[in-house]
Amino acid sequence: MAVPKRRKSRAKRDSRRANHSISAGVFNECPKCSAPRQPHRICSSCGWYKDRYVLETVEVEV
Amino acid sequence: MRHRKAGRKLGRSASHRKAMFRNMVTSLIEEGMIQTTTPRAKEVRRFVEKLITSAKRNAPSLVDGAVSDAEREVLVQQRVAAIRQAGKFVRSRDALQILFSEYAERYKSRNGGYTRIVKVGRRLGDNADMALIELLPKDYVDARVRRAQSVEAAPAVEAEPVVEAQAEEEKGE
Repeated sequence: MAVPKRRKSRAKRDSRRANHSISAGVFNECPKCSAPRQPHRICSSCGWYKDRYVLETVEVEV
Repeated sequence: MRHRKAGRKLGRSASHRKAMFRNMVTSLIEEGMIQTTTPRAKEVRRFVEKLITSAKRNAPSLVDGAVSDAEREVLVQQRVAAIRQAGKFVRSRDALQILFSEYAERYKSRNGGYTRIVKVGRRLGDNADMALIELLPKDYVDARVRRAQSVEAAPAVEAEPVVEAQAEEEKGE
């Protein structure tokens, strides 16, 4: 089986990890209640989507 | 390779998958709207839409429209056969009844696309992507169609807001 011959340097290791960062999620403002809301999803605070209808009764998280 | 093999497996055996979709389709027909994971919602569409189309082709109004007794006889037989065929998939008689009476008539002027999926967000616990899938209301007009119509003629009619309680997903995880 193929096995590494040399230990990778810190620079090699770290530059590999340079692209591992995570990005912040995207949030828009709900047009109805102006709470932050994920795009293409029901607003979790007012339960509206696309100015059209109420879909979900809002549940309270503990 | 699974080239040209449509459909998600959802981590289940064929029988498990079929059982799950039968449950989900039955619930969806009975409740009109169910909440589930997004991939499941997208898969259920295939099954419900086919059932509704078959119900539409054998709608009560079509049978009533028969011009002769002989034609009527044929239509009734076709309808009964279609109901029995659907009964092999749908789990409850109630759902069958709704499918072949209400939905068969409701979607007569609609060529497919009887369902709507709206994304909800992430489920607490396993962070699964959740969605609601619902059967469209009676006179629902697609936004694109509405816009096209409003350009042609009178101003479009706004869909009225409907407050609906969250439908429970019958099937356990």
